[in-house]
Order: sequence, then structure tokens, then C-alpha cells
Amino acid sequence: MLGRLSLSALPLDVPIVVGTFIGVCIIGIAVLGLITYYGKWGYLWKEWFTTVDHKRLAVMYIVLALVALARGFADAIMMRTQLALAYAGNPGYLPPHHYDQIFSAHGTIMIFFLAMAFMTGLFNFIVPLQIGARDVAFPFLNNLSFWMTAAAFILVNISLFVGEFSQCGWLAYPPLSETQFSPGVGVDYYIWAIQISGVGTLLTGVNFFVTIVKMRAPGMSWMKMPVFTWTAFCSSILIMVSFPVLTVAVALLGLDRYFGMHFFTNDGGGNQMMYLNLIWAWGHPEVYILVIPAFGVFSEVVPAFSGKPLFGYNTMVYATCSIMVLSFLVWAHHFFTMGAGPDVNAFFGIATMVISIPTGVKLFNWLFTMYKGRIRFHACMYWAVGFMVTFTIGGMTGVMMAIPGSDFVLHNSLFLIAHFHNVIIGGVYFGYVCGMNFWAPKVLGFKLNEAWGKRAFWFWLVGFYFAFMPLYVLGFEGMTRRMNHYDNPAWYPWMLVAEVGAVLILLGIACQLTQLYVSIRDCNLPENRDVSGDPWNGRTLEWSTSSPPPVYNFAIVPHVHSIDAFMHDKENGIDTRQAGAQYQAIHMPKNTVAGIAAGLFALIFGFAAVWYIWWLAVVGLVGVIATVIARSANKDVDFYIPAEEVARIENEHTRKLMAQAAE
Amino acid sequence: MSTQTNSSGESHGSVSSYLVGFVLAVVLTVLSFLVVSTHSLSPMGTLAALSMLALVQVLVHLHYFLHMGGSSEQRWNNICFVFTVAFVTILIVGTVFIMTNTTMNMMSR
Repeated sequence: MLGRLSLSALPLDVPIVVGTFIGVCIIGIAVLGLITYYGKWGYLWKEWFTTVDHKRLAVMYIVLALVALARGFADAIMMRTQLALAYAGNPGYLPPHHYDQIFSAHGTIMIFFLAMAFMTGLFNFIVPLQIGARDVAFPFLNNLSFWMTAAAFILVNISLFVGEFSQCGWLAYPPLSETQFSPGVGVDYYIWAIQISGVGTLLTGVNFFVTIVKMRAPGMSWMKMPVFTWTAFCSSILIMVSFPVLTVAVALLGLDRYFGMHFFTNDGGGNQMMYLNLIWAWGHPEVYILVIPAFGVFSEVVPAFSGKPLFGYNTMVYATCSIMVLSFLVWAHHFFTMGAGPDVNAFFGIATMVISIPTGVKLFNWLFTMYKGRIRFHACMYWAVGFMVTFTIGGMTGVMMAIPGSDFVLHNSLFLIAHFHNVIIGGVYFGYVCGMNFWAPKVLGFKLNEAWGKRAFWFWLVGFYFAFMPLYVLGFEGMTRRMNHYDNPAWYPWMLVAEVGAVLILLGIACQLTQLYVSIRDCNLPENRDVSGDPWNGRTLEWSTSSPPPVYNFAIVPHVHSIDAFMHDKENGIDTRQAGAQYQAIHMPKNTVAGIAAGLFALIFGFAAVWYIWWLAVVGLVGVIATVIARSANKDVDFYIPAEEVARIENEHTRKLMAQAAE
Repeated sequence: MSTQTNSSGESHGSVSSYLVGFVLAVVLTVLSFLVVSTHSLSPMGTLAALSMLALVQVLVHLHYFLHMGGSSEQRWNNICFVFTVAFVTILIVGTVFIMTNTTMNMMSR
């Protein structure tokens, strides 16, 4: 009836987990209680959970990403603390079984649920506004994508309290992840979380690809498209190309585990090297899926705060597209040591080094954009400049490891860990936080507190260097990754420095949370409110509408005359909004419960499949399919906002603009 | 005042075209199984026959189920298809390149 699920699955013997569970219960009950007390369930359900509005979904994605950040960072600081303690005679406080789950969960959560969710949140908010569209091409799929991602994240977190998580690292390499060596439920949790969130990500890729191809405002030809939209476009293509490879690789691993097949086993004709090949054919494009939109953020922020157009728009677009293609030609550099000969390794090594050329082009473009610009050192610019320095260092260590000979020394050492945190924190995370600070006034209608933003930046930047520069040294000294305990006295001081870095980053996260709290508290102060909708003297269309934008984004779809469409209009005295024009009824999609229902069924299916509760798995799977079919058969999916209502909203905004101009 | 959201006027096929596609797909699948299970061809011949059948199968799917063709409203579909083929080729050629090399060096076969 309950498969392999029994009371013994609860890790009651691990005090850390029990403590966390009690903490999560208290916070959870407090949150649910507050929602009930203030009677907000109906509001949440109607305005948020069932919404198909890309702006609302964006906020939900970013909230999900911040929760994932909390979970992923808790894992990170636990690992650092373990390694600061577990030297010589001291075994530390995390036994290997627990420690292995922590590093696996850390990687899985940070990539799939922090970075991907944050990125999708930014796409959702910015892309339709930048191209002058009223929503994405498939609003329902957008909602479904979110709930699939959320369901997968919940599944990962259930593994913390019911059973265990994978102990095989964030990519679950076989043969360790095969049933023979990992008989527990950990890898199954991993498999189903990846598969469910993979559905969400793939649909997001399709959605934004179609949105950008089909729904650009009139006049916006390809080479007039804002750079962030270009990066979202390239990223969507990479998602569509690479995520199916991940799905297949993990599905084959699932077949091995569930049906005793032999794709990646040692016996029965399996070949685990094929898994590495497949997973990295996804994994390498994946890191570019994440970092290309971060490049897009900087390409919007640096011109806005330098008071100049982006230097070299065309080269920026070509660089983005060539990075997109090249990122698909380098995957073997993740396993130079697997045993391929010099011809394979030389090809992939050179291809890897070639990527640094378009990336360098981008870096110089940002620098030349700043050159002789009227730079305002807003918190966003702090993140941008911090990125340029940090990412360059990370890029250079990457090129070092692209040389197969040196990779043979550095492979799987802490040098590698330092390198990819250098590019993912210094590139992806700095970029997304920069974007969050930049677009927050558009999303929320008020600016984020700048002082706390700058404090967060300094703690993150300094903390990053303290936490990861020692890891480069340790890598050279021969310390490998995923180590639970060591007795080399030369390593110990560096591990202590890294622990200090982790604490500084903790303070950085605390500053970010304080920033959010202070900004919401002070949101009604006149200097924080964004009445004009254009707080930074922005260049692209999203700044032409009100903050937060009306549900339909643009009452009159704007006409685009040049790159930086809004700046062009401002300079030529054109009213992009065409205020006071003859408004017409606007065709909009209706809210739907299908997304959240499908997500819930997917979660049920995932949980049941992990624990071999087959009847429940059937219920979950049939539920997902039936929900989607029922939704497809539903013709009542849209409505019109009457012209009078549009006129009322627009005139209200015009009145506010006039009042501000009069002051 | 509900209108059905519609796509840009491309053909979505008819019942008969779907049936033709379905029958062709089934026939090609059954043929593939027969080629393997009856051992009627040499090993290399079997591989060649399977590859041919798979290729025809792909074309059947593209034509009957994905409605691809040469008309102008299919331009984006065709561009996407060319890109897909390019990326899939990179993946397959790269995989064969890596795995043959690894297999020889590691003597895993």
C-alpha cells in the first residue's frame, strides 16, 4: 500500500534534521497562520496562484529563487563549517552519509531552483515589456511551468525530512547512482525533481522563443531588439536544444534503477561514460543558459547608468549568438580525464578557449560603454563593476583548465570548485541581483533601498574572495572536492579563511533581506515611489509604461523606430504611451487553476514514484494528463478589458505624471 | 464575448492525413522489429535497414504530424528545423567522436 515508505524513513536519529524540521514547521505554521489571520487566501489564490500574468509569475519565480537561495546557502555554510572543523582528530559534526547529501542538494538546488528560477523570473518580467507585448505567447504554459518548477522544489525539500537525498553529487554520476551502490530513495528524489522541473524549464524555453519571434512590437526588427531580449532569445534556444538531452540521460538512469536495465551499469553491456557524455552535453549549455541573460542584464544596466547607448550593439548581438553556438561544442572539457585521446581533448580544449573571445568582446563593450560616460554609481553599477572584475578572474581560470594537460592536474580538485563558483556567483548571481535592483521599481512601483543594496554588495564581493580564493590554493595543494575530513596541516588555515568568507556571504544575504524589508517599509516615501515609470532615465520600452505596469502592459502597442526605442522617443519628443488616444478593448487571457492542479499531481506522482507507491503514482500521472487535456478542451480562456476601463487606468496614470511634472 | 485564440492560419491536417501518417508509422515500426527479430539480414545489413527505416519514419512524422512543407508561412518552422538538425548533428557526431576514442583508449569493449 505504501511501497517502501514506513516510519523508519523519517530521519529521527539525525538531530540537525529534526531541529530543521521543527524550525520549518514553526515558520510554516506562522506564515500559514498569518495568511489565514489576515484573510489573504482568496487574494493569493485569485491574484497569484492561478494568474497567467507574466508579471505576477515573475514575482513568484523570484520568491521561489530566494527561498532556494536560503536552502542552498544553508547547505553551503554547513559544508564550510564541517571542513573548518573536520581536521586531524576531529571528525566534524556531519557524518559522511549526511555530508554527501548536503553537497548534492546544494548543487542541485542552486542550479535548478535558485539560478534557473531567478532567470525565468527576470525573463518573465522583462521580455514582454521590452518587446512591447501584452503577455507571453502561451500564458497558461507559463503558469504551468512555474508550478512544475515549484512542485520539483517541494519534492527536493520533502527529501530532507522523509527519507534521504542523493549522495552522488549534483549530476548523479553512475555507477555510484545505480541501485547497486545507492539502493536508497535519494537518487530517485533527484531523478524525479529533475524531470518535473525539466518540463517546466523546457516549456519556458518554448514560450519565450515564440514570444520573441512572434510578438515584437511593430518596427522592432531583429537588430532593434534590446540586448536583454537577445540574450533571453539565445538562452531559450539553448534550453530547447539541451534540456531534452538532460531528460533523456536522467530517464535512462531511471530505467536502470526502476527496471533493472543496463544503460550505465558496469555489467550487462552498460557504459557509464555515456552518461557523462550525455549529461555534459546538457550541462555545458546549461551554464551558458544561466550566464547569457546575466550578460543581458549588464548590457541594460551599464548604458542606463552611464548615460550612453551601449557600445557596439551589433558586436554584442553577434558575440551572444556565437557564445550560444560555441557553448554547444565544448562539453567534453568536463571529462578530459575520462580517457579520450589527444585529438578529442585538443578539439574540445581549443573550442573552450575560443569562447573567451566573444566573452572578451562583451567585456570591452561594457568598458567602452562606461568610457567617457556620465556614470552614476548606483548599487546596480556596483554589482556590474564587481561582476566585470570577478568574472574576468573566473574566466581566466576557466581557460587555464581548458588546457587538457593542466586539467589533468586540476580535475575534481577544489581549484575547479573555485573556478565555477567564480563564474556562477561572480557572473550569474551578481547579474541577477543587479537585474533585481534595476527592475524592482518597475515590478513593485518603488525603488529598493540603495544603502542596504551597497552593503549587500560589499559583503558578497569581499565574502566571495575570502570564500573562494583559498579554494584555488587548496586545489593547487591537491585537495579534492567532496571531501568530508582531512589531516593535512597545510590545508587547515585556508579552510578557516574560506569559512570566514562563507560568514561574510551570510551577512551579505542578511543585508539583502534587510534591503527588501526596509524598502517595503519605506515604500510610500515620495523619494522611493516611482511615479514616472522611468526612474533611471531608461532606454528601452519597459520604462515607457507605468510602474507597476497595468495588467495589459501597453494600452497602445508602441511603434519602434530605433534601438533603444524609448530613448529615441524621449529625445524626439514622441509620447510612446500615446496618452489620450482612442483606446480600444484589450483581449487578455483568463486565470486558470489547471497549472497549479497539474503541479500538484506532478508532485504526487514524483513522491509516489520515489517510494514505489504505484497506485498513487498512477493517480498522479493520470491527474497531470487529465488536467492538461481538460484545459485544452476549455474554450472559455480569454476576456476583454473594456475600452472605458483602459481609458480610466491610463488617464489616472497621465494625471499622476502631470502632477509630478507640476511639482 | 469569448473568441477562440487561433494560430496564423497554418494547416493542422485532416483526419485522413493523420490516419495515413499513423498507418505509415506503424508499418515502419513493425518492419524495424521484423528486421531484427527474424535475423533475415546480416548484422551490417540490419543496421543499414534500421537506419533507413528510422530516417523514413522521421520524414513521415515531419510531414504528417508536424505539417512541415515548403510554403511561406512555414518559414519559421523550417528555420527551426534546420537549427535542430544542426544541433542534433553536433550532438551525435560529437558523441561518436568522443565515445569511439574513449572506448579504444579505455578498452571498454
